[in-house]
This record gives sequence, structure tokens and C-alpha cells, in this order.
Amino acid sequence: MDIVIIGLLLGGTYALMAMGLQLQYGVARIMNLANGEMLIAGAFGAFWFYLGTKASPLLALLFVIPLAFALNWAIYRVLILPLVRRAKSQGKLEVDSILATFGLSFIFIGIMVAVFGAQYTDYAYLSEPIFIFGERYGLNRVVAFLASAALCTGLYVWLHKTRAGLALRAVSVNPSAAGLVSINVARTSAFAFALGGAVTAAGGVLLSMYLTFDASYGVVFTLKALIIVILGGVGDIRGTIVAAFILGLAETAVATLIDPGLTLAAAYILFMIVLLVRPEGLFGRRTA
Amino acid sequence: MSTMAKTSAGGAGLRITAREARNLLAGALIVVAAGFVPLLFSGYVLQVAISIVMYTAFATSWLLFSGPTNYIALSTAAFFGIGMYVTAAGIDLAPYPVLILASGVAGALLAAVMGLATLRVSGVYFVIFSLGLAELVRQIMTWGQHVFGTMSGLYVTIDRSEPMYYWQLLLLAAVIFLVGWWIGRSRLGFALRIIGNDEVVAVHCGINTARAKVILFVISSTFASIVGALVAPRWGYVEPVVAFNPSLSFQVVIMALLGGTHRLWGPLLGVIPFTLLWELISIEFPDQTTLLLGVCFLLIVYVIPNGITGLVEDALSRRAGHGGPVGDTLSRGAHGVIGSVRTLLQGRKRHNA
Repeated sequence: MDIVIIGLLLGGTYALMAMGLQLQYGVARIMNLANGEMLIAGAFGAFWFYLGTKASPLLALLFVIPLAFALNWAIYRVLILPLVRRAKSQGKLEVDSILATFGLSFIFIGIMVAVFGAQYTDYAYLSEPIFIFGERYGLNRVVAFLASAALCTGLYVWLHKTRAGLALRAVSVNPSAAGLVSINVARTSAFAFALGGAVTAAGGVLLSMYLTFDASYGVVFTLKALIIVILGGVGDIRGTIVAAFILGLAETAVATLIDPGLTLAAAYILFMIVLLVRPEGLFGRRTA
Repeated sequence: MSTMAKTSAGGAGLRITAREARNLLAGALIVVAAGFVPLLFSGYVLQVAISIVMYTAFATSWLLFSGPTNYIALSTAAFFGIGMYVTAAGIDLAPYPVLILASGVAGALLAAVMGLATLRVSGVYFVIFSLGLAELVRQIMTWGQHVFGTMSGLYVTIDRSEPMYYWQLLLLAAVIFLVGWWIGRSRLGFALRIIGNDEVVAVHCGINTARAKVILFVISSTFASIVGALVAPRWGYVEPVVAFNPSLSFQVVIMALLGGTHRLWGPLLGVIPFTLLWELISIEFPDQTTLLLGVCFLLIVYVIPNGITGLVEDALSRRAGHGGPVGDTLSRGAHGVIGSVRTLLQGRKRHNA
């Protein structure tokens, strides 16, 4: 029972982080290997805010989200767009963007080590217990889950009920056809990339409320987000949410039953199963 | 007809042209010349020389797979760490040469599992899998040591002098070059170049793309594991955090890219300047190494996407007054095949429509 509830709480927060990557990879078609570093940057933002003001880290979202949005917009404009223009094919763009964002991730790590140091960081916010079905859980986990659920719902509704959301989904399905119905694909892609970065950073703020992190830990989150996106199916938001819960449960089960140090192994086992059984993901369409 | 084509291709594989013989001879002379370095230098210079030879082995073995296929492997650190661990764990159980072989086998097995899982699907999955592989193996190793109650690190005690390390790594690098040269002129290398240019075309040519990719990835990773086995005694003490340091994978990719990935000797041109630059950075800015690594990496990706070999060849062809890049016959052949198959496919599509 413990495992199920902690796993669901964790999965709910993972859903937000993976949605960020989904927007960047599913819509903007940029494989962003610096995604986890953006998450850690958000976590450091919350940490710094909490240390300075002692106010709820949730308030940090108010400045982390716009800042991350602006930063990711700038990254797309300055670093990614030249690659998009230079690329002769989708495959070449993929290789180039993998390399560029991989380099970028090291720049982020370097900056964060310089600013915040390389030690493990955490802070105690709402670390009082809350009882669900008679078992104790950290209140911070529950609050982070609720905040994540609220943001995910907002994002989902926005994507499905507004014109801008529709444009984003159209680009995700087929960029060249979206261009034909007078959607500005370049602008929409940049917007999706920036929004994805902001959502990921928000995920970082929420995860920082109960996880210990350090500057170089981003790659683990990049991997988890990637595995969630692939498991759920590229371009499918429902799939991402379901997959995030699956990963949260699997990870918590491994951490509780075997060893807390093996969480990545749980993610890899899921990844292997997907690759062997259903490479297009749970909700993905099989491409011809 | 087809058997005739096959035998003639096989014959071409055995015959060595005058130009190739000259290149081989030049390569052998360079290796012999490089072999004199430990006799002339010692101390710091020899240390840097060992780094250069080690990274040459890494970057060239990386290139064997990632060069022709354009699949970026970010897993060098995982295989290097495996090699170190196999050596460290078995040091009291078996003689050292056996351990070197065992390291290669362990790396090959891991590469085969990873390759069979990811290389049948799309290239992105391979990159993602390789990105976290070092961290995954590190977690498993740490857990294993925890479960079996051993210490967090292992001692490797073999007496080897610095020149010996240098010669061992130099020999390995030479072997990697020979293997790379041989693959380049084999049917396998030809198949890989077609895959790198257009995978759909490769499938339509009747190439078993998954098999070709897995074989090459296994070869490439085996070499990285053997480097681990050769270097383990030099470090003396092996522990997970050091053995599976992800920045190694990063450095290898950056060096290969700096040199250029479309020539076998490309990485060598990247390794030498980058190792020297890296030594300088580590001494001058010891706290900003990660940041500067990232900056160097972006500069290479944006400013010299084809690496130093690309620059050199551009300059040469401009001086020679050629319109386009020279390109060897084999890659021209690959382009020809791809062109004609593409036309065929388009024709069929039109026909069906």
C-alpha cells in the first residue's frame, strides 16, 4: 500500500517533468538532452528562494516559470534555430540537436556548480507527516503532487480547449501539414520548446520539495523523462501521464523492495520492455 | 552473375593497391616513431603522451561505429568502467592477460545486449540508452558491492612501469586502426556507410541493418573495455564513482568531433590538440572544467561541424582547384547505390499511385 501511494505521488510529479520534454520533443522535435539540467535549475531556484524568504517554494513557481520560459525561448532562437536551418534532413537535425544540447547540459552543470556548489542540496519544507489510510507520508510529497496535478490539468485543458493548444497539437502531428493551414510552424515550435522548458523547471521546483539533488544529477532526470515519453508514446499527453505513474510505481517498488540506489535500473527495465514489446509506446501510433 | 559479382568483390577485399600499401607503411612508421616517446621523455610529458594514446584508442574505437552510422554513442565511460571492474575483481583469481580478454568479452556482452535491444528500432533510442548506461552500471555495481559486503573500491596491484602502459595502449590503438581500416574496405563497412546515408535504402538493398550495426557496436565497445583493463593497474584503486565518470564519454565524443568523423585518422587530429588544451584548462581553471568543456563542445558543433579533417580537405580541394570534395571511390559507390535505389523506390511509388 505504501508503495502504491508513494509511487503515485512520485509519478504525479514525474508527469509534469515529462510533459515538458514531451512538448520539446513531441512538438518542437528537438531531442533536448539538457532537459534534466533545466529541472535542476528550477530546483535550485526553489532552494534559493526558500532559503532567502522562508516562504513556500510553491511561490518560487511564480518567477521560475517565466524565467525558464524566457531562457528556453532564447536557447531555441540562438542555438537550435541555426541547426534547424542548417539541417538537410530530420536525421541530421536530430544528430546536431543531440550534440548541441548535450554540450549545453555541461554548460548548465558548470554554471550551477559555480553558483551553488557541487554538494548535495535539500531543504526541509512541510516535512511533517500526513496520514492517508492510516499510514504516514510526508506532507511535502502530497502538496507537490497536488500542485503538479493542478499544473498538468491546466496544461491539458489549455492544449485541448484553446486555439493555441490546437496549433501545438497540429504541429506535433504533422509540421508540414500544419503549415498549410496557416499555422506559423517556426513560432509554434519555439513556443513549444520554451513552454516545455518552463514546465520542466516547474517540475524541478516541485521535486526539490522532497528530493535531494546536486548540480550534476540532471542527466538522471533527463533519462527518466525520456523513458516516460517513449513509454507513453511520442506526441501523446495521455500516454505521458500514464507512463509517469508506471515509472513512479516501478521506481518506488524497486527502491522499497530491493535498494533505493537502483531507481535508474527500474527505469531501464521499463525501457527495455518497451523497446522489445512495443517500441512506439503505449499510446503511440505505429509508423509505417 | 551474382556469384561472379561476389567473388570479384571478395577479390578486391584481399588485393591491396599501391596507395593503400603506402598508407599502411606510413601508418606503421608513425606507430614505430611514436613508440620511441617513452625512451626520450619521462615524467609529465610521458603522462600527457599516455593520455593522448589512450584517448586516441577511445576516440578511434568510438568512430568505428558512430562515424559511418551517425549514431552518437555516449556510453564509452560504461564500457571503460566495466573493463576496469573486471580487471580489478579478478586480479587475484587469474593472470592479467586473461583478465584483459575477459574485460573485452564482458564489454562485448553488454554491447550485444544493448545493441540487440536498441539498434533494431530507431537511432534516438540508442542515444538515450547510451546516455544513462554509465550511471546504470554504476548503480548496479554499487548495489552489488553493498550486497556482497565488499569494500566500495577495489585495489589493483600489478607492477607496471609508465612506458609499459604507453606501449600497451599504443599497440591497442594500432590494432584499432588496423581493424578500422579493414572494416572500411569490407562489405560490412560498405553496408554501414549506406546505413549512415539512408537507412531505408540500406534495407531495400537487402542489408541486414540491425546485424551490421550490432556487430560494429560490439567491436567498438570491446575496445573501450580493453582500454579499461589496460589502464586499471595504473589507477591502482578502482571505485564506482571514478570508474564510471560520465565526462569520459563526453570527452571522447568531443575529441572525435573536433578531429572529424568521416576519416579513420580524424580523431587523432582532434585528440592531440584537445588533450593539450584540456591539460591547460585543468591547470589554469580547475573549477570551471565542466563549463569550459561545454563551451568547447558547442564551438565545435557550430563552428567546425566537419572537424579538422573537414577543414584540411576543404583547403586541399580548393588549392587543387576541384569543384567538390574529393571523396574516395567507396563512398562514391555508396552514393551511387543510394541514388539508384531512391529512384527505383520513387518510381514504384509513382507506379502504385
